[in-house]
Amino acid sequence: MKATTKTWPWKLLLVVILLVFAAGIWGAVQKIDYHWRWNRIPQYFLYLDEEAQKIPFDGTVESIRKVGDDAEVTLLSDNSQRLVQTVAADSINVDEGDLLFEGDTVGFVKEWRIGPLVYGLWTTLWISAVSSVFALILGLLTGLARISNNLTLRGIAITYVECIRGTPLLVQIFIAYFFLGTVFDLSRNVCGIGALALFAGAYVAEIVRAGIQAIPKGQTEAARSLGMNVFQTMADVILPQAFKKIMPPLAGQFISLIKDSSLVSVIAITDLTKSGREIITSTFATFEVWLVVAVMYLLVTSVLSQVVFYMERRFAVSD
Amino acid sequence: MIKTENVVKVFNTRSGVVRAVDRVSVEIAKGEVVVVIGPSGSGKSTFLRCINGLEQFSEGRVIIDGVDLTDKKTNINKVRAEVGMVFQQFNLFPHKTVLENLTLAQCRVRRRSQKVAEGKAHGLLQKVGIPDKAGEYPSRLSGGQQQRVAIARALAMDPKIMLFDEPTSALDPEMVGEVLDVMKQLAREGMTMVVVTHEMGFAREVADRVIFMDEGKVVEVGTPEHFFTNPREERAKLFLKQVL
Repeated sequence: MKATTKTWPWKLLLVVILLVFAAGIWGAVQKIDYHWRWNRIPQYFLYLDEEAQKIPFDGTVESIRKVGDDAEVTLLSDNSQRLVQTVAADSINVDEGDLLFEGDTVGFVKEWRIGPLVYGLWTTLWISAVSSVFALILGLLTGLARISNNLTLRGIAITYVECIRGTPLLVQIFIAYFFLGTVFDLSRNVCGIGALALFAGAYVAEIVRAGIQAIPKGQTEAARSLGMNVFQTMADVILPQAFKKIMPPLAGQFISLIKDSSLVSVIAITDLTKSGREIITSTFATFEVWLVVAVMYLLVTSVLSQVVFYMERRFAVSD
Repeated sequence: MIKTENVVKVFNTRSGVVRAVDRVSVEIAKGEVVVVIGPSGSGKSTFLRCINGLEQFSEGRVIIDGVDLTDKKTNINKVRAEVGMVFQQFNLFPHKTVLENLTLAQCRVRRRSQKVAEGKAHGLLQKVGIPDKAGEYPSRLSGGQQQRVAIARALAMDPKIMLFDEPTSALDPEMVGEVLDVMKQLAREGMTMVVVTHEMGFAREVADRVIFMDEGKVVEVGTPEHFFTNPREERAKLFLKQVL
């Protein structure tokens, strides 16, 4: 028997299965008579905003001068006051010499603006990033406390980790916002980020602990035998090696954090998920919006996994 | 240089209390080379680790160059900087290059500048016979080369005492010689050395004194000629019969 077998039949089978799966979904949707309105989605990424330019006084249109796609409209008030308004050339509502009353629309200024889906994604990203930084710091400290010889430190760390891991994140977010947020007068962003950081920190702590304990005891002994103190040994010998080992689970944890951050939408933080819900209330394009939102999360998380994959390869030099 | 008084190390195991080191009192002078031999599980490695405080002993005193390890005011890190140690498993830092392995503690503990530390490191790599491996990571080196780097790393601190914990036990046979040669040279230069080993040839050739341990106790102490030709104790005779 040959060691290498042909792979294309299996790839073909994979494609066929995926196609059958897609066809099944399509067929099912056909049955419930859903009207797809994909054309409503792009405007929530980027849209052309039209802002009406109104004359602030009673007066006449003195002159209209075209400048590229724009037009400069010079307005003359009854008491000889001049005002130039720039509007999009194709949106002009007036002609030269027209009599206008205060509040009449001269034309529109057209401007491309970023839609709520992009804003939501941005909110999701920065909330996740800030929470990740705090989670890393918190997790590192807790992980170290977890393996310290001091019983009190160890007790605090274990209590924290068990409490967080034993309760649902959604409930933690509610407690952070409705209880702690009320008592200490915290904004919803602080509560959301705090809850996410505390949650992820507990998991990071366990990852850090496992990573440190995976480093052979001989490494500590070698460093200590050279006269290095506990902190130097940790910082220069143990943690750099541990971090290389825990990179994949740590990255997995942060990718989870991005997904878990969707839960902060329940305390009215307008992240990607909340944006999706808001768009549905005005478009009723439920299927399209949730699919788009899912794809956006997927894009972010897969880019992140690729970055981590690349970093792992870079760090593997000394192995 | 080294003085131990009734050092006791007790391990609590599931099957009860084990006295790994049992009232060991030894005095080692400056420049002396002492080889500790004995069957496995005799407590010789544990005793060695008590000398630089890697193992917390339960009773007794260890005095290194006039400094009492049991004294609460003693900074153990200062003592360890003066006592180099070489391990059976080398324990090089795998994430650092050979050069960085040699400079790390010099910079952190001795507060030497990077330049001074690197100069020292290159000199020592020359001495242990691998001047061209400074930029390599330890994983790219053979066992013998790794152990020689480990010796150089300990020497970089300019220690007054060197401890060797079965330095050749994890090596392929053809690499034992190169490591022993470095140790012999060190002994000739007058380094105070305590060596736990199974290399009887090395003990016979280099040791000023041989300590034979069994079941945590020092059974016999003597010069190599005396110990290898005419041991007093029955257990020592039996051990020699098995290893020679």
